[in-house]
Amino acid sequence: MGTSIKVDHATKVFTKRYHKTFKQMTVAKMRKQKISDTFNAVDDVTFEIQQGESVGLMGLNGSGKSTLLKLINGTMRPDEGSVLTRGRIAGLIATGAGFHPQLTGRENVYLNAAILGMNEKETARKFDEIVDFADIGDFLDTPVGNYSSGMYSRLGFAVAVHVDSDIFLADEVLAVGDKPFKRKCMEKMEEVKASGVTLVYVSHAAASVARMCERVIVLEKGKLGFDGAALDGIRYVKYDDELPVDGKTDESALANDDAMLGADI
Amino acid sequence: MTEAAQATGAVALADRHHLDAIPLSSPAANRGLLEVFRRRYVLRLLVKREVQGRYEGSFLGFLWSYINPLSQFFIYWFFMGQLLSRGRFENYPVHMFAGLIIVHFFTETFGAGTRSLVGNKGLIAKMSVPREMFPVATMLVSLWHVAPQILILVGVCLLEGWRPDVVGMLAMVAAILIAMILGTGLALLFSTANVFFRDFGSFVSIMNNYIRFGVPMLYPFSTIANGLPQWAVHLYLCNPVSIAVILFQRAFWLGTTKDPVKQAAATLPDHLAMWTIIGIAISAVVLLIAQRVFLKYENKVPERL
Ligand SMILES: Nc1ncnc2c1ncn2[C@@H]1O[C@H](COP(=O)(O)OP(=O)(O)OP(=O)(O)O)[C@@H](O)[C@H]1O
Ligand SMILES: [Mg+2]
Repeated sequence: MGTSIKVDHATKVFTKRYHKTFKQMTVAKMRKQKISDTFNAVDDVTFEIQQGESVGLMGLNGSGKSTLLKLINGTMRPDEGSVLTRGRIAGLIATGAGFHPQLTGRENVYLNAAILGMNEKETARKFDEIVDFADIGDFLDTPVGNYSSGMYSRLGFAVAVHVDSDIFLADEVLAVGDKPFKRKCMEKMEEVKASGVTLVYVSHAAASVARMCERVIVLEKGKLGFDGAALDGIRYVKYDDELPVDGKTDESALANDDAMLGADI
Repeated sequence: MTEAAQATGAVALADRHHLDAIPLSSPAANRGLLEVFRRRYVLRLLVKREVQGRYEGSFLGFLWSYINPLSQFFIYWFFMGQLLSRGRFENYPVHMFAGLIIVHFFTETFGAGTRSLVGNKGLIAKMSVPREMFPVATMLVSLWHVAPQILILVGVCLLEGWRPDVVGMLAMVAAILIAMILGTGLALLFSTANVFFRDFGSFVSIMNNYIRFGVPMLYPFSTIANGLPQWAVHLYLCNPVSIAVILFQRAFWLGTTKDPVKQAAATLPDHLAMWTIIGIAISAVVLLIAQRVFLKYENKVPERL
């Protein structure tokens, strides 16, 4: 089976602070400060993911996980190195979809699906399924700007997961949903995973990573800190106290719902 | 689930989606404006949303796209036509309204296009969508709003005895084409600039005010031709918006005058066909340069929004 994602010495440079106004610029110049102050949010990262693999992406806040996902889904381009992917990419980045706040839920579903590569017929065919899954009631024709954050992420997840994708990126999808929805998400993602889609799963909840993924990649201040078996990775980031006691990832872990679903709260 | 089962899944998926036939490629690959037209469906949805969204939250909604140009028309007609040059120029209101339509189309494209990237940050910061899409969509929305204005103009012209002619219709198409190409080019350029420094948004508003006076809309071209040295007249005509305005007057106003042949000689520039070609060429060059600049800087756009 082929390579699905190939990240080769990718680096993404961000600017920490911009001296934006003319006044700030001159003041900074006079004090001989740097006009801009850059750092590598993703720093020389290299790895390869095979089609059908599911990989957990872990790391502390600000370690560059969402940025790395943006490089993979093509929102951003690496400043150095390369990121290559194969096939259609869907997913959610930084807790929430790219929605337009003034558009209604319905319009956003169509626009979002179109950007993810679905055509009108395909969207129309899956529309009811998407709405059923999101289960946001009568709010479908309300502008999403007025949604609660849970509703917003439900709709985003529903669209993304119904795209017939080859790569699925899930960035803290469970962070704001309520418990029934979290369970539904997990089940849906397992389904997606079983269908052979490459899954990159970002979460701070160790138990859910242990359940979803065989492999974990850990970022530390943008650098690749660890790449290997899931449980070792979880131990590496010292989240292993959250794991169910026996460390198993099969059905017995399902019983331990709180460790898996609750830890995101 | 066992790893074997998952591996089977991946094989099935690879077969179903013909993944073997798809090469590994950069997810951020950008083919520029071509990509926009390859993804027409997304473009259509964006245009639809913009048409609904441009006068969002306003009670009169779509009517504003009539009220804006009509109110401008009455101000100019009253002050310039009635007070300043009373009756000295044949069919002044038609002459001005023809110009106004093109100028309004251009300034809307330029102004709204410049704000288009910042205005769509929710989408741009999280999804991989060709970012040229947004300025192009605003241009198409402005174009959509032009249609009813042309209908009004045609109605007035018919009452004044105007009949469509082939050259006139070609002139109309060329005028719209120039405004489309130049407007898109400048919108591309300034929408990127506006992401880095919001000053450019204000700057474009000022430019749009000057454009109204820099083209023969409020006054006939003959004022320029008779009042300025030759080189300045040529410079004036190098502004593609001027050409577009003159072409629109050729298409509509000229046919409403008593003696079109005489009027054409008196008010329109010589060699209008040549100037049309020059106008299209300059617009196309601006668009090409804009596309180059856009490709160079758009990489930094999502993080600076
Ligand atoms: N547009 C931006 N401009 C400048 N810096 C940015 C920008 N976006 C993110 N950063 C910085 O890049 C770093 C990595 O951010 P990122 O969002 O990738 O972290 P993360 O690993 O997803 O964190 P979290 O666990 O909190 O979601 C952070 O230090 C952040 O401040
Ligand atoms: Mg993040």
